[in-house]
Amino acid sequence: MVQKKLREKAKELLSKKEVDLIIGFGEGTQPLRATPIFIRTPEEADRLVWNSFCENNLAAYLHKFNRFKVGIVVKGCDARSVTALALEKRFKPDQVVLIGVPCERMIDRKKVKKAVKGEILKVREEGDKIIVLGEGVEVVLKRDDFLYPLCKACTHRNPVQETLLVGDRVEEAALTEPNPEAKEFEKKSPEERWAFFEKESSRCIRCYACREACPMCYCTECFVDSSNPKWMEKSLSPSDLQFYHIVRAYHQTGRCTNCGACERACPMDIRLTYLTQKLNQEVDELFQFETGVDPKALPPLSTYKTDDRQEFIK
Amino acid sequence: MEQTWEPKILAFLCNWCSYAGADLAGTSRIQYSPNIRVIRVPCSGRINPLFILKALQNGIDGVLVSGCHPGDCHYLTGNYIGRRKSSTLKRFLEYLGLEEGRVQFSWVSAAEGGKFSQVVDEVTRDIKKLGPPKHFVKHVRSS
Repeated sequence: MVQKKLREKAKELLSKKEVDLIIGFGEGTQPLRATPIFIRTPEEADRLVWNSFCENNLAAYLHKFNRFKVGIVVKGCDARSVTALALEKRFKPDQVVLIGVPCERMIDRKKVKKAVKGEILKVREEGDKIIVLGEGVEVVLKRDDFLYPLCKACTHRNPVQETLLVGDRVEEAALTEPNPEAKEFEKKSPEERWAFFEKESSRCIRCYACREACPMCYCTECFVDSSNPKWMEKSLSPSDLQFYHIVRAYHQTGRCTNCGACERACPMDIRLTYLTQKLNQEVDELFQFETGVDPKALPPLSTYKTDDRQEFIK
Repeated sequence: MEQTWEPKILAFLCNWCSYAGADLAGTSRIQYSPNIRVIRVPCSGRINPLFILKALQNGIDGVLVSGCHPGDCHYLTGNYIGRRKSSTLKRFLEYLGLEEGRVQFSWVSAAEGGKFSQVVDEVTRDIKKLGPPKHFVKHVRSS
């Protein structure tokens, strides 16, 4: 079992003092959740868990600990985020030890909540089934029906780097479209697309949960907080909400790994990944770049080719 | 007095090529559409996509970004970086549904006074067809 191997590996790393701390997942305080935990002694290693609710991208916490030697539990998408951060020199190369976990794809907890009436008391996973215990009711759900759409389209279920892999590699999905939401969205007319974007962003309350959940959002002064120059206001006017979403997505050009942490963190259930997927599609099409796969490939907006496409320039 | 709507277009011109090209159009007394407002920048690579977005939010009808031809950048590689930013931004804005043709890009050298006037005429024509922006503009109510 992956969880058992994970705990053993963690104990080993901490006893040998190869890392100062390990960032991993622990049991959540609510059903359907796992929570990020930070352990420093081998005895704490038994707090680590691995299940289909470990949906956070833990690379977001690396910024806090970049003075220490850190072990971090990563899924395929998270591992690519760590590579992207290393490229941006957020930490020294030998400071981070990747504890790679082969990902069986995460369960959409909001969808599970909708499928079960009343309060959910306990959730158990058994193979390809999810067993949900509610108030006087037990519901058995098929795991495959409740995966996050982004996870279903995942093309990197195993961490790309093979530093440490806890468990056996899972089978990668054969030839799926890596950015399916963007492809679908492009089929709409321009008017329909703006209407959808306007409707989604109108629910935004500017809590910035998406920004905090994203490992690539680490600027000490975010563009929304800048007052000189003042790019935009913190109001809830439709235009400002649209501005925030457009720019946050655009700032992920060549940096996003399609982990989906932003959309999962949103308290207002705003669709966000269709925006970043378009930008991932663009850097793939225009610059043949995919985030976090090649640790030596320069970020696409920091470099150039003399024969880059320019058919749109007069 | 009847007046047809005249668009207001922001033109970011790189100092060394496009701005000089615009200046040449002027000294050559070439007549072209008077709808652009010029902002001189050191290089087309200086353009932060936030400039364009802030302008659109404030109600500008169109944006033109113009720089040196590839290989001729005064800072050697600025226009190459600018080209990558421009292509990604343009495609993203069109993906969201903002009308195609509102934000345009060109290479104009310091000797191309004629080309500059043509580019401005073309862009003005395109924006006139699109009409005033329907999306994204921030409307501030005056009480």
